[in-house]
Amino acid sequence: MTSPSPAAWFRRALPTRRRATAAAVVVVLLAAAVTWAVWPQGSGVRAESAMLTVRSGPSGGEPVDLDTTLYLPADASSARKVPAVLLAHGFGGTKESVRSDAEEFAGRGYAVLTWTARGFGRSGGEIHLDSPDYEVRDAERLLDWLAARPEVRTDAAGDPKVGVVGGSYGGGLALLLAAQDRRVDAIVPMITWNDLSRAFLPESTGGAPTEGVFKKGWAGLFFGGGGNVGSGPAGLSGGTAAAPQGAPESAGPPSPGPGAGPGTAPGGAPTGAADPSCGRFAADVCAAYLRIATTGQADQAAVELLRRSSPAGVLDRIKAPTLLVQGESDTLFPLGEADANAKGIAAAGTPVRVAWFTGGHDGGAGPRSDSDRVKFLTVQWLDHYVKGEGDAPGDDFTWSRIAGFDALDRGLVATGFRRADYPGLAGTDRREVTVTGPAQPIANPPNGNPAAISSIPFAGGLTSLLDGVASDVPGQHARFESAPLTEAVDVAGAPTVTVRAASPTGEAVLFVKLYDVDKDGAATLPNGLVAPIRLTGLPQRAQDARPVTVTLPAIVRRVEAGHRLRLVVASSDQAYTTPAEPTVYTVAADGPVSLPTVAGEPIPTAATVWRWVLAGLLAAIVIGLVVVVAVVRRRHRRQDRSVHPEYADTPLAVRALRKEYADGFVAVSNVDFEVHPGQVVGLLGPNGAGKTTTLRVLMGLTQPTAGEIYVFGRRLVPGSPVLSRIGALVEGPGFLPHLSGLDNLKAYWRATGRPWEDAQFDAALEIAGLGDSVHRKIKNYSHGMRQRLAIAQAMLGLPELLVLDEPTDGLDPPQIAEMRRVLQRYATDGRAVLVSSHLLAEVEQTCTHAVVVNKGRIVASGPVEEIVGESPSVLFDVTDPVAARAVLDRLHGVRVLPESDGQLVVDTNGTARSEVVAELVRAGIGVDRVVPRRRLEDAFLALVGDNSRGSGDR
Amino acid sequence: MAVVDAGEARGYRPSATMPFKAEFRRQASRRRTQLALGFMVLLPLIILIAFQFNSGGDDDNGRNEFSSLVDLATTGGLNFTLFSIFVSASFLLVVVVALFCGDTVASEASWGSLRYLLAIPVPRARLLTVKLVVALAYSGLALLLLAGTALLAGTLRYGWSPLRSTVAAELEPTEGLLRLLAVLGYLAIVLLVVAGLAFLLSVTTDAALGAVGGAVLLWILSSILDQITALGALRDFLPTHFSTAWLGLLSTPVQTDDVVRGCISAISYATLFWGLAFWRFTRKDITS
Repeated sequence: MTSPSPAAWFRRALPTRRRATAAAVVVVLLAAAVTWAVWPQGSGVRAESAMLTVRSGPSGGEPVDLDTTLYLPADASSARKVPAVLLAHGFGGTKESVRSDAEEFAGRGYAVLTWTARGFGRSGGEIHLDSPDYEVRDAERLLDWLAARPEVRTDAAGDPKVGVVGGSYGGGLALLLAAQDRRVDAIVPMITWNDLSRAFLPESTGGAPTEGVFKKGWAGLFFGGGGNVGSGPAGLSGGTAAAPQGAPESAGPPSPGPGAGPGTAPGGAPTGAADPSCGRFAADVCAAYLRIATTGQADQAAVELLRRSSPAGVLDRIKAPTLLVQGESDTLFPLGEADANAKGIAAAGTPVRVAWFTGGHDGGAGPRSDSDRVKFLTVQWLDHYVKGEGDAPGDDFTWSRIAGFDALDRGLVATGFRRADYPGLAGTDRREVTVTGPAQPIANPPNGNPAAISSIPFAGGLTSLLDGVASDVPGQHARFESAPLTEAVDVAGAPTVTVRAASPTGEAVLFVKLYDVDKDGAATLPNGLVAPIRLTGLPQRAQDARPVTVTLPAIVRRVEAGHRLRLVVASSDQAYTTPAEPTVYTVAADGPVSLPTVAGEPIPTAATVWRWVLAGLLAAIVIGLVVVVAVVRRRHRRQDRSVHPEYADTPLAVRALRKEYADGFVAVSNVDFEVHPGQVVGLLGPNGAGKTTTLRVLMGLTQPTAGEIYVFGRRLVPGSPVLSRIGALVEGPGFLPHLSGLDNLKAYWRATGRPWEDAQFDAALEIAGLGDSVHRKIKNYSHGMRQRLAIAQAMLGLPELLVLDEPTDGLDPPQIAEMRRVLQRYATDGRAVLVSSHLLAEVEQTCTHAVVVNKGRIVASGPVEEIVGESPSVLFDVTDPVAARAVLDRLHGVRVLPESDGQLVVDTNGTARSEVVAELVRAGIGVDRVVPRRRLEDAFLALVGDNSRGSGDR
Repeated sequence: MAVVDAGEARGYRPSATMPFKAEFRRQASRRRTQLALGFMVLLPLIILIAFQFNSGGDDDNGRNEFSSLVDLATTGGLNFTLFSIFVSASFLLVVVVALFCGDTVASEASWGSLRYLLAIPVPRARLLTVKLVVALAYSGLALLLLAGTALLAGTLRYGWSPLRSTVAAELEPTEGLLRLLAVLGYLAIVLLVVAGLAFLLSVTTDAALGAVGGAVLLWILSSILDQITALGALRDFLPTHFSTAWLGLLSTPVQTDDVVRGCISAISYATLFWGLAFWRFTRKDITS
């Protein structure tokens, strides 16, 4: 319980060289880790921006300025040619929207050409919706330009090694370009369309686009705002977040007024600015839109125009291997569009691979696992078919399903699956679930207001996050519900249902949707997807109605066991144009809902790896533990168990003990002594002589720097079993303050693990002499009571060697006298006692032997009588101490020791006492008494000098 | 006294010193142990009483996020338990674990009884092992007491109903109980970091308060750093980064990714800290 002096503490706190080195290493490592983590990645990519004038149009002679940027790997040159990627942006974007993707491709060793499509940004021209005569021809000219670049690898003169990548508008371009230009080596169209007319005018019973229901929400957004829609996962990192300079375009849904259309974009063509209703749209596209949006239906000419911009008719001409990536959360271009593209391209014998991810025009890039998968697939596709590296990617199908919220960052979590072949939208298997309900009348609201909400176009990831966004208006929808599912169904594909409808007008526009209803009754419309149908020739009465089969948009969803399916047929939807006249339809649904399912195996994720890491870690810890325990056991077994023959019967032998602390302070420099049976040895020394350190080493609390200690011939190291034969009181008592004295002794003995009857509590308690106080708590004890209890604790089990540090500290004189007797009695029967004390009189009266240490060294040791006998000091009782002192000081070698009470203690130092007396008498001083001092104190002072300063706390 | 092979006193065996039972009693006799464990029992009851006041209260403060937690908490015993765990996981349990593991060696050092234990002699590694195991056992007991009382009191008051949560659909009571046990298990593993840190500090300092406070302080520091997203991937290495991953155990399907990574992180840290503690203590000069 001693607290080191401030100076010592300060010395210890100062860094030693070793500590400083360790600290420096840790700091450097930490700094390196931080730097490595936050250091911006060097791009190693150079970019060249240029305004290229290309000639296109139906005649191939109309010039248009295209704003381009070419990204090149830093080491690309005419000597080291690289393959190229034509990277197209989404509708409303610019070349800046895809910059980060471009840089990433360039970093992977491609020359990447990005450009702002005509009608957008700083490029000239008008928007022709990926028209083969305009946008596609522009892209062909860009291929020419690429082929002429010295850095770009070519198949033949004028034919660059090139892949075309793009999302949405850019994806459509990729398909159309590949169909029109055989120089394209591979394409990766993402979240794009097959038939633009069907995308904007869907009809889910198989009707023609002229019969379709106008998707006015999306169409309006494109025509009016033309925001940065559909960059989706364009390229690698999911374009929505990848357009720092495209920020104006991507800043959310712009105002839908025509004046705010693309026509107001800076650098717009003069002709575009002239017509406020068309903006930068080409006149024919604009006119078609205006016609459709006005009537809610498309005429054949408008459909033809949209078909011209669709890959649907030209798929058989695509020879470039195609990776189709489509989003599940996409009410604009649902999975069916990619399905149609895949079938058409595959029919021509071109390699096609399909992947679905959980994002899309509504869902954005999807969860991290999805964008990583899309990125991997894209790079793999291009590397093989364009760069010519890596194995053929194959045509297996991968998809993913939203599994829930991430518990940590509240994002979505998707589970990936794969199977060897692409099953299409019909699934590999089907589950039929019966939904029931009576025929119900539903009202068609005039002018489609109020309308049900199924999805919010352009809401980004919001739609999938807020599954509860879907709502139906009372009176405007009919419900048909199933019984709770007995087992979970993994739907992947387009469900089909059969409905019947009757209408007084003979026509009806209806929206069929399939909800997943959980046990609490909360209904979820998967991805906000609805099937709009336009039925004609309907009877007046429901019982006359003929069933029609409706193919719902494809979904990927797990319907849990216990959930119900709810088929809803609604008369209105905010995203679509519905008949303006109020009507009341009657709808019925019979027959089951047919759910397609696809069997696939989960794609192993990082979680699997982490599980192995965890298993490995646990195994490593177990093995490490076993090894450590084995090594410790082995070392323990090999420990020196021999008995030093010389000291076999000696309770304690200390040999050349040295203790040097870490800060270089030498507390004990060389200490040798022995304690023999029957002896009570006093360890004497001034403060800081090294007594306490010696005892600490003796108790195994501190490692000696050098030297040995033998207890009954056994070498003593920290934790030596032979320590169990020593009872100790070192540096004051140490008790649990909340326990009584007796409980403390019991707790101590319990900790020894030795037999209860060996403790001899009665004897110990008698020594302690605490009476009934043993039952009081230690914290109420006086210092002396604790001291006595500590001595009693040291004597528990009657150890053969008793080591007591300042045992009489805090005891009153009768107790001291008692203690003296106890110790002398104790040192019988082969036992021994080592007492350290600064009360010299005590040692003199108690001990048989004494060891005097000073400044870490033994200065004397032996029987007390011998040490005292060597003392040359004499006590003079004189009449005039002052004069006597003066006389004695004159005598050579005689020294007056500091002593009070008018007595003089004199170290005669070899001078005969008679001579000293004679000198005093000669000086006229009366000498009353001359007593030879035989006190240990004098001997002690004689041995260590009267100056114990400068030695510090040892 | 007969002298046997290694020269020890009769009846002395290094492996028999400091029996687990003795250490259990030693710690059980301490007021702080009794108070900490008692509080674990008391806390759910206090929360339960607090909810009684809430039920008739004003509606104004009823529509924030916390109140939705409160609403969920009163739907059943399982949810009440979840709520009790949720409110105590971030701080209270950290303090309790730090108390049990940080105080155990440092308090012996400050009383001066440590040197008498070592002079018995209790082998140092054994002393640490016993101390650590007992401290961990008490920490686990605290966790179980909290959950057990909450489950008992909550079920008696609110009934045995399915487990609901904001991250997933409701779970059947038996399934919910399993999930709850998994949450407790994960929480126990995450708290091993605190246990490790507190234990390391405990063998390094003689001040029990320093060890407990230091561990809690470093835990808070790590939590603060974890809020700074600018640190990026470095945050994954913070011991507190995955401390709330147990929420993933409530979702359907169970999200084990972060749970597994959290386990890796916690076990690595705990092993490191304990390793350092053993390495340090078995070589240290005991000067207290």
